[in-house]
Amino acid sequence: MDEHIHFELVSPAKLLISAAVDMVVVPGTEGDFGALPRHAPMITTVRPGVIDVYTGTKVSSRIFVSGGFAEVTEDRVTVLAEEAMPVRELTKDMAAARKKSAKEALDDARTERERILAEHQAAVAEAMDAATAG
Amino acid sequence: MLSLKDLRLRITSVKSTRKITSAMKMVAASKLRRAQAAAESARPFAQRMERMLGTLAASLAGQSGAPRLLAGSGRDRVHLIVMVTADRGLCGGFNSSIVREVRRMTGDLLAEGKQVKILPVGRKGREQIRRDYGAHLIDGFEQLGRRGITFPEADQVANAVTALFEAEEFDVCTVVYNRFQSAIAQVVTRQQLIPFPLSAEPQREFGGARAVTEFEPNEEDILAYLVPRNLAVQMFRSMLESQASEQGARMTAMDNATRNAGDMINRLTMQYNRSRQAQITKELIEIISGAEAL
Repeated sequence: MDEHIHFELVSPAKLLISAAVDMVVVPGTEGDFGALPRHAPMITTVRPGVIDVYTGTKVSSRIFVSGGFAEVTEDRVTVLAEEAMPVRELTKDMAAARKKSAKEALDDARTERERILAEHQAAVAEAMDAATAG
Repeated sequence: MLSLKDLRLRITSVKSTRKITSAMKMVAASKLRRAQAAAESARPFAQRMERMLGTLAASLAGQSGAPRLLAGSGRDRVHLIVMVTADRGLCGGFNSSIVREVRRMTGDLLAEGKQVKILPVGRKGREQIRRDYGAHLIDGFEQLGRRGITFPEADQVANAVTALFEAEEFDVCTVVYNRFQSAIAQVVTRQQLIPFPLSAEPQREFGGARAVTEFEPNEEDILAYLVPRNLAVQMFRSMLESQASEQGARMTAMDNATRNAGDMINRLTMQYNRSRQAQITKELIEIISGAEAL
């Protein structure tokens, strides 16, 4: 493949990846989607899950994101993640700790807003657990 | 002419001042490193978010139903200026340059017959502007980011701005802050937050037809989430930039002060030695002429 798509992954803390790649698979809220060069422009929310970056036909890196936004244009994919880290740095213990704190937050939630936040935390923890297993 | 004792006292006092300024310089330098790293790593996110929102806003342009935080209230009557300064002084022209800019903006806007409200973030700015435009000041924030700005703190400011907007207290919001360029250069920057400024850049052509961006799940949901978040992110960015600039400005100012103190000590020591010598000579002359008179 001689065409590349520019993939950028940014979290509020830093620019994690900025590279030309062959394909990116992003977990959108409405389903996973693969972005190849000349993809139709799109903006979507991202659910907690794993982004697969393809070089050639192989997955060259897998990154866990806790949610955010993705913007796709014909030559660029930009993912704004709330939080992101490579899957290989994740451990079972981290996921378990997250699950525990999410459960506590859910139990302590008094207001609607707190409950929604806690449910989001639980979803993130669940996705993290799934990411470590796979 | 100062007496020898006075000179000695002056030298001691300047020496202790120099100790303080050089310590402050060291502290600022180490804080600068951290603040600079934080500011620079926050830039990409804020820029991308702005760009994404720009695409969204452009595709929604002219449609009704866009969130008011994005489109504004449709009026241009009351302006809110968020003035980001430091809580402390002793950092050269850092605070004054912001205050000068805000003062000029306020003057211009008032001359156009608009109303102005100033929301100060940081104690120094509020104190300096109070004299000229005290009546335009509204409750602001102080003592933020004593251990480095955190996102919740910026969120707090953004929430206050949102609350004011929803109460229809203002129509246009601009933030004025020092953008960090290098340890010796800070650029006073104005950034309009509400309504979101549309870039003039037209949408690019794609396959002959105008590129239409698709949205998942839909525009409203994305906007409802993205717009308030963008406000907080931009606020966070400007506060981080301001903090890095503050430390840079302070480091430079204290470096100059230390150098000046050194020069002053040299001058005073020279004067001290001269007058000491003059006194010894005088005493000698007195003794000799006394002896000769006998």
